Amino acid sequence: MTTQVPPAVDPVETPSWTGGLRRAAVRALPPEKLLPDKQPSYVASWVYVFGVLTLAAFVVILVSGVVLVWRGPSWWHVSKVGLFFNSIHLWSVELFFFFMVIHLWGKFFMAAWRGRRRATWITGVVSFVVSIGTAFTGYLSQQNFDSQWISTQAKDGLNSVGVGALFNVMNFGQMLLWHVLLLPVCVAVLVGLHLLLVRHRGVVRPIKVRSAVPARLGADGPGPDGSKEA
Amino acid sequence: MAEETQSLAEASAEPDDADWQGPKIHYDLAKEFVIALVVVAVLAVIGAVVFSSPDDRPVTIRQWSQATPGDFLATAVSELDGSSPTAGYGPPYNTATGSGQKIFFLNPQQWIGVHTPVDAAQDFVLSPLALSAQTDPTLRAALARYDAASASDQQAWTTAYTKGLDKVQFSGTDVVLPARDYGPVAPMMQSLLSMARTGSLDADLLASPQFYGTDYTKPLLFIADGSYLADKAQAQHLSGDQWGMMNETGNFPGQAWLWLYTMWYQIAPFNSSANADALVWALMMLLTLGLALLPFIPGLRDIPRAVPLYRLIWRDHYRRLAEEAASGPQAGQPPAARMPLR
Repeated sequence: MTTQVPPAVDPVETPSWTGGLRRAAVRALPPEKLLPDKQPSYVASWVYVFGVLTLAAFVVILVSGVVLVWRGPSWWHVSKVGLFFNSIHLWSVELFFFFMVIHLWGKFFMAAWRGRRRATWITGVVSFVVSIGTAFTGYLSQQNFDSQWISTQAKDGLNSVGVGALFNVMNFGQMLLWHVLLLPVCVAVLVGLHLLLVRHRGVVRPIKVRSAVPARLGADGPGPDGSKEA
Repeated sequence: MAEETQSLAEASAEPDDADWQGPKIHYDLAKEFVIALVVVAVLAVIGAVVFSSPDDRPVTIRQWSQATPGDFLATAVSELDGSSPTAGYGPPYNTATGSGQKIFFLNPQQWIGVHTPVDAAQDFVLSPLALSAQTDPTLRAALARYDAASASDQQAWTTAYTKGLDKVQFSGTDVVLPARDYGPVAPMMQSLLSMARTGSLDADLLASPQFYGTDYTKPLLFIADGSYLADKAQAQHLSGDQWGMMNETGNFPGQAWLWLYTMWYQIAPFNSSANADALVWALMMLLTLGLALLPFIPGLRDIPRAVPLYRLIWRDHYRRLAEEAASGPQAGQPPAARMPLR
């Protein structure tokens, strides 16, 4: 008696949305590309540290923010522990922007959008802009004199372009929810996308210069925009 | 990922979008992140312990009316006669005509309309007084007389009251004005000041029909119409001509990242334009769009090549390239041997 063995089915080839999504994800970001333990030899400068410092500051902001959320918006006004965590929140925001701006300028002077990295640049800039909005709503949510003054001043700019009708800076409840939910989620998604793009495309190469590369190897390579020089 | 197979010069000559096949170095991203996290957390804790964070108490209507009752009364009567900034603001608070800043011929402030209705006279003066009048027959009579009067009589009384405030004196809690015909406005303002001084006006303006309230639009608009808030801000270097809201009370750095936005308000033509807010916002949106789309803008995207900071950033790379170009790759050895991992 012989046993009929069913033909082997390669599960990888089974057509499904899930399988297709997994295959596309692995193709775009195989594990060794997602979390590499080696980098091109040119990745050797202090300027590379500011990206990860920005990310670290974002984590400290989130953790200190969660502590403040836990006890509610009035807690830090009446508790020394609350004031301490509010202060950590404030200073991590200051550090976040300090590191992010240096990171931004560093990437600008590296023309880091070269080599099909334009989306990486754009997500970085949008992250920066949304982060400004997140910090701004934080200042509006403080329930103190700064909040009063900033909201009554900022309303005119927002109203002048028609935004104030939908984004009322004097509505504490609205600003607090934007600050603790909508905008941080946007920043987290944008930063996550930015990081995935960085890993997908890799770290941008040094700008090609005539003095360092022999002419036979194409010293006149693509310019900062990725196009060939004239 | 393919191991490196090219020399530094060969790999450097590849197109910018090619995977790097040249020499590589060990780089522990996870370790770098953990170290960065510890460093940032320590710096934030040091900032918190050494500098803490500012928390100046908010201004209340009670505080305002007790500290500068003349300013409070002048603001209240301007709300009543419709001459206050809020009464003439336009969208999104009311339909005041002629309001709204323009970006050239565009007036986006008018596009969306009234979304947060504020009737300055009713919300800030008449409605709170009506509540108090339920237990005050004199005030009830004054309000009835004011409501029954013609618009011209109302205007005459508020105009006289405003002029009278130039010589106002206070005797205890009483408002003492030069003898003129203020009609019912004088007892109305006296009652409103009394309410404000006890704090009940704060409560009335914050009251929400759903009991719970989180919207401070009305009390903030009322307070901001007066001079008390602005004077305190001026003393704390927070005014628009002092780089405004990018600052913070005390000596804290504030929102330093708003420096460019705030800068426009300090220079011509924005510092004297009636449309400054709209123009600055339009300009900032344009600049932000330009920054995001910089890789597509010829000229701007070439600045990094013209300002050779990249030579400093990648100085080791260029030095090694120059050394390799001078000596030539060592034949027969793999690139990894020529550029050891480190």
